[in-house]
Formats: sequence, C-alpha cells, structure tokens
Amino acid sequence: MNSSMVIGQYVPGDSVVHRIDPRAKIAVIFFFVIIVFFANSVMSYGLLTLFAVASAASSKVPLPFIMKGLKPVWFLIIFTFLLHLFVTRQGEVLFSLFGWDIYEEGVIQGAVLSLRFFLLILVTSLLTLTTTPIEITDAIEELLGPLKKVRFPVHELALMMSISLRFIPTLMQETEKISKAQASRGVDFRTGSFKDRIQAIVPLLVPLFVSAFKRAEELAMAMEARGYQGGEGRTKLRELKLGKRDFILFAVFLLLVVGLFVTRN
Amino acid sequence: MSHIEFRNVSFRYQEDSPWVLKNVSFTIGSDEWVAIIGHNGSGKSTIAKLMNGLLFPQEGEILVDGETVKPDTIWNIRKRVGMVFQNPDNQFVGTTVKDDVAFGMENHGVPREVMIERIQTSLEAVKMQDYEKHEPHRLSGGQKQRVAIASVLAVSPQYIILDEATAMLDPKGRKQIMRTIRDVQEEQNLALITITHDLQEVTEANRVLVMNEGEVWMEGGPRDIFSKKDQLKEIGLDTPFVSQLAEQLGHAGIKLSREPLHHEELLEELWTFRSNM
Amino acid sequence: MDISFEHVSYTYQPGSPFEYRALHDVSFSIPSGSFVAIIGHTGSGKSTLLQHLNGLLVPTSGTVTIGDYRLKADEKNKQLRKLREKVGVVFQYPEHQLFEETVAKDIAFGPENFGVDAKEIDKRTKEAIRATKLPEELLERSPFDLSGGQMRRVAISGVLAMNPEVLVLDEPTAGLDPSGQREIMDMFYDLHHEKQLTTVLVTHSMEDALAYADHIIILNEGEVYMEGPPLDIFQHQDKLEKVQLDVPEVIEFVTKAKHKLGIELDYTGQSVAELAKDLAQKVRGGRDHE
Repeated sequence: MNSSMVIGQYVPGDSVVHRIDPRAKIAVIFFFVIIVFFANSVMSYGLLTLFAVASAASSKVPLPFIMKGLKPVWFLIIFTFLLHLFVTRQGEVLFSLFGWDIYEEGVIQGAVLSLRFFLLILVTSLLTLTTTPIEITDAIEELLGPLKKVRFPVHELALMMSISLRFIPTLMQETEKISKAQASRGVDFRTGSFKDRIQAIVPLLVPLFVSAFKRAEELAMAMEARGYQGGEGRTKLRELKLGKRDFILFAVFLLLVVGLFVTRN
Repeated sequence: MSHIEFRNVSFRYQEDSPWVLKNVSFTIGSDEWVAIIGHNGSGKSTIAKLMNGLLFPQEGEILVDGETVKPDTIWNIRKRVGMVFQNPDNQFVGTTVKDDVAFGMENHGVPREVMIERIQTSLEAVKMQDYEKHEPHRLSGGQKQRVAIASVLAVSPQYIILDEATAMLDPKGRKQIMRTIRDVQEEQNLALITITHDLQEVTEANRVLVMNEGEVWMEGGPRDIFSKKDQLKEIGLDTPFVSQLAEQLGHAGIKLSREPLHHEELLEELWTFRSNM
Repeated sequence: MDISFEHVSYTYQPGSPFEYRALHDVSFSIPSGSFVAIIGHTGSGKSTLLQHLNGLLVPTSGTVTIGDYRLKADEKNKQLRKLREKVGVVFQYPEHQLFEETVAKDIAFGPENFGVDAKEIDKRTKEAIRATKLPEELLERSPFDLSGGQMRRVAISGVLAMNPEVLVLDEPTAGLDPSGQREIMDMFYDLHHEKQLTTVLVTHSMEDALAYADHIIILNEGEVYMEGPPLDIFQHQDKLEKVQLDVPEVIEFVTKAKHKLGIELDYTGQSVAELAKDLAQKVRGGRDHE
C-alpha cells in the first residue's frame, strides 16, 4: 500500500549513473541536447548513440522501465519518420508504396530525425530515472544560485518544490480516504454520464482543498516555530560535491564532443 | 533568571472577539515538568503559542530567561523554546527523517559538521537512529512525533512544549512518546511543558496548571490537584481511575494518608491500612 | 442485519512487487443487533476488514455476507449501492468529508444519492441533528464555521440520515477531549439500542470496548487472534500482552490487588463505587486471616 508509492519515475539503484552529481547530470544532458543537432554523418550519429546507449546500460535500470519512459513518445517518433518518408521529394526514387513514390532522401531524413528524437528522450528520461526528485531540486537550486543576485527567489522555489514532493504521498492517501468516505455515502465515481462524473468530483475536491489549506497553515506555523525565516543565514545539510566520477564524466563527454566535430562532414 | 514568566497576560485573536486569556500569570522553572490541562477552548494552546512568539499578547508581558517575547527577540527565543504540535504530518518538513531533523538547525545557521553530529545524537535520544533515511509516509504517527521531538532537541533548547503531541496517536504510539519524554527529561536538564488531556501524562508532571475559560483555575502538584475532585468536577474535568477509587474508598470508610497517583501507591496505602488495623 | 465472514483473505496489489496480504483466512459472525468491538494495532488489518463491510473492498478469496448481500471474489456485485445505504460508515475524522455550503445540505447528501425523496430527507435531517445533540439553528450555517467537535457531529448526522441498519464506527472519538469522547460514545450506544442497530466499533481503546461492546474480535497480523465477550477476553492478560495490547485499567487493578494484597475482587462490570465497597470490605475482612 504505502510502500508502493513511487513519485515520478525514479528507479532506486546504486549504479555509477545514480551516483553522479545531479548538477553534472543536468549539465551534460543540457549540452548533449545541443550537440545532437550538430551531428550530420553516420559516424557522428553512431558516436552519440553509443554514448546514450552506454549511459543507459551502465545505469542498470531495467529495460522495461526505460521503455515505459519512451512509451508516450513512440507515436511522435514514428509519426516524424512517416511524415518525412512521404513528404520529402529529393534524391532517387527507391520504390513505390500504394502509388506513392518513396525517395531516398525521405528515408534518410526520417531516420535521422527519429533517431534524434529518440536520443533526446532517452537521455533526458535517464535523468529522472536515476535521480530522486529531491536531488533534482537541490541541483536546480545550486545551478540557479547566481540568479539570487538579481533577487530571484531561488531558495523559496526550491523549498516549495521539496515540500510539494514531501506532501504528494500524504495527499494521495488523503484522496483515497475521502473518496472512500464519499463512496460510502453513495457517490459513484465510476459510472454515469460525463456530467455526473464531474459532479461526483466536487465532494472529493472540496474536502481535499480544505485539508490542504489547513495543512499549509499548520505547516507554516510549525516551520516558523522551528526558526524558519527565509533563505538568509541558513546552512544546508544536503550538500552537493563534485567527485572523481563527475570529472571522468566531463572528460568522456568532452571526448564525445571532439569526436563529433571530427566525424562531421 | 532562568524561567518562563507570564505577567498579567491577556490575549484575544481579534479586537471584537472575546478574550482567550484573561490576566494570566505564572512561572515555569528551567528544569520543571509542568502539565497544562483544561477543556478545549480553555486557552491552553494559546499559552503555548505565546511562549515562543507565534502570537503576542495585547496586555501583559511574557519573559523567557528575562528576555521579553517580542518580534525582534523571537528568533533568539525560538532557539530556547522548542515546540511539538498535535498533527504528526503537518510538522514534518523534510523529505526524509534526517532532513527533517536538520531543518531547525539549518534555520539557525548551525554548521554542517555540527549538524551531522547532532542528528545522530538527537535521533538516538528518541531511539529513531535506524530510520535516518526513511520518508515520512513510511513512518507511524508515533514515529513521526519522535522525529519531531528529535528535531527540537537538535537545536538544544532549554524549554520544550508539547502541545497535545500525543492526542492523535494510538496507545502504542502514546506510550513510546511518554517513554521518550521521560528519558529526555531525565537525561537532559531541561523544562517540559505538556499540554494534554491524558491524565496519565499529568500524574508524571512536577506541577499542574488547570485552565478554565482563559484563567488559571488551579495550580499545584498532581497530588494536590487530583485531591480536589469537587473543584475539578465543577469545570467538568476527569480524575484518574485510582483517584476515583480512592475517593470511593473514603466513602466506604477507608481513609488514606495521601492521594494515590498510580496503582502501586494505592495498593501500598491499602497494605498499610490493613496492617494498622 | 447478520454479518458473517467466511475464510476471507485480502491481498493488496497481488502479483506485484508490492503485494501485501492484509487479511488471512478470517472467519467470524456478528448476529443482528449486537455491538461488536474490533481491536488491533495499526497494520493488524482492521481498516481492510472495515472496508469489506460496505463493499469498498471485495475479498480476494472467501465470502462476506451482510444480511442478504454477498460479497465474493470474481462475482459482479451489482447491489453495492443498496448495501451502502444499509451500512453507514463513520470514518476516522469524519469531519474531513464535509463539503457542502450548509450543514443541512451536507447531511442530505447521502440520502439524496440513494434517491430518498425531499420530504423524507427533511425529516431525517432534523432527526439526525437531534440525535447528535446539535441545535437546529446550525442547519443553515456553513459546516466550515463550526468548531471541530460540532463538525464531527454534523458528519455523523450525515451518516445517520441514511437510516442505516448497520453502523460501522472507525475510531469515532479520535482527537476529541475526554468529555467529548464520552458524549459521542454514549450517543452511539443510545442509538444502538433505540434503533436496534448492529454496531461495529473499530477502536484502540480497551476501555471503550469494555464499556460498550458485547463481543470483541482481536485482530493481529491479518488474522483473528482472539474472540469473545469482553470480560472473557480480558481474563487473558498474558495472551493480550503478547501482541502488545493492554487490558482496561480496572481489570489491571483487580489483577494487581490479587497479586499484591491477596484480595480477590470479582469484576463483572460494576461501578467504581461498588468496586470500592467490595474492596473496602475485603481489606477490612483481610485482618481476620492474618
């Protein structure tokens, strides 16, 4: 019951990829997303694919979990491929399909774009698969650190995110509890017309909001009682430190970038 | 000067609403265990919130170790006066036990190395050291409350207020908390202020404040308080089972030499009574 | 309504890594009109069991029978609504389910869902609010303006207005002060007799079980650990201690009196005054044996 509640897509593990500093992960993914658009030869695409697949393999995340992350975008990848296949009219005609000419360039374009798409999704979903939401929050707080100088509320934003994460399971339990209580009073959440079902949500939503507000109020008081007064003068327990592992990643990534530009046409 | 002092304190939430506290005065020593009892609405919880500056009185003054509680002293005072609230869920800020214990220390700018050490010792004090990495939804209510106590201890306050901290727990959780509180009170030289309905909790305190309609109705040791049953009945408060039994024994002609607080005391009294016959 | 559980097991998320068996081969029966207390620690399966009483859950194996309704694995249960109308459930902290603009509307919500006509609802609302000892003026107020204790009574009224034949109470006094707790329990006790309900009380409180129930079922790790009339159950202090359950204070005292003073007090539910009289007599009489 409770133990089954997993937030986001995180798959617990102890692999190299799991242990890499979340800031390093975010930075590398950010630049990877950029360099994907520079690839233009078979070799350069080969290198990128090698990097992405090797990362996925060393994360030791079981394949089904990775595939699950790709599921919602499969359609887009295939659609992109088909679109290019049928619309591009350059190069030699390879063959005819239902009276429609398929050009060589169309196959290449479609394959390339789909591959790009696939690489982007694979690498970014690897971040959420191997990094806890709270680590991502910490990393974002650190990476946005410089914005504090222009009075951007970086700390508050990060605290808000972490408190939301903390309360997701609590509110999920609450939702279940209230929906059971209302079902016991004769509400049917499953059948009936669309309008009926929308109406059935009201007895669930109102109590949820009321309770969320009450929780927020009490939490604010508890935080104040424990001396919370904003980000200034605060120290931090959770500390991010770049280690050897992270520098190795940077080095590998640098090699990839160099390799990419060497193999470009 | 080590005590909390209420000097003629009156409080109301809004100008046109009735007074919640009326001219309340008392002191609490820095190593005492004081229980505050009374009906819902008697002003108990307001007292707690006034003690660490979550609310400020309209009249009178509250002093913590000689320092008046006011907006510019509260950050300092909140280091010395820690608070545990009723709802275990709504005071758990961190995503894990360790992070939650750290929260108060982070606020007070405690260096990281010191934090790590104090997380360890304060979790040991409440016997939760094996749960460092647990998330709150995997803990029971009693465990969450023990973490809340650890979080307060980590800031090393002089006074700890437990505002109905056991009210939402099952008997098992309640017992764990009581054991924790007792250990903490024994091992660390600090004051405990427990706001409660639990009569068992009251018998363990050094002193009891009985609140009624915003005023201090009675004050004294638990033995004195429970011996004044008629006065307690007048405001509709219960007395413990042993106390009721002792009263009825009195009606049946067995006069005891003192008000018993638990079974053992009553049985001893009866033993003595029998041998003296 | 008679209630019976026959070899009921319930497993959450079967076949997944999170599989969790909450009830295992639970059998018991509750005759119509009885007041039963179900006791157990958090995680003993109490709340899973409770949800079988109005079909929120259907057993993974075994059969639950409530009056004419039968809940069985793999059977389509079409009459769930009818069952839910007959079995009123007061959940823990029931005030959390309030949502309407006025107290009256909130109380009417249940009966409306079950298709009760307006006139009848009006009658029941007034009856329910009287039963929970709330003033009628509150009917037009917003439930969110009331005190915590009043909100709980409104929520209870909402369940009572369904005119249930079975009343299931999940820790109905949690979080109230002692006098509030007693008032609520006394109210349920009176209703139980007046309306000849079958009442199932899920509780941690041995004191309440002793005071109100005529039958106790103790759950431990998803199984029925003990079952019987309160006074019989509380005879077995050792067996209860094994699963970390206490006996009511009065019984604990009676046992101690026997061990420490050699005084045999026979506890049969008498009042504190009667018990004191008996004790006084035996303390005095004790002199003759020494």
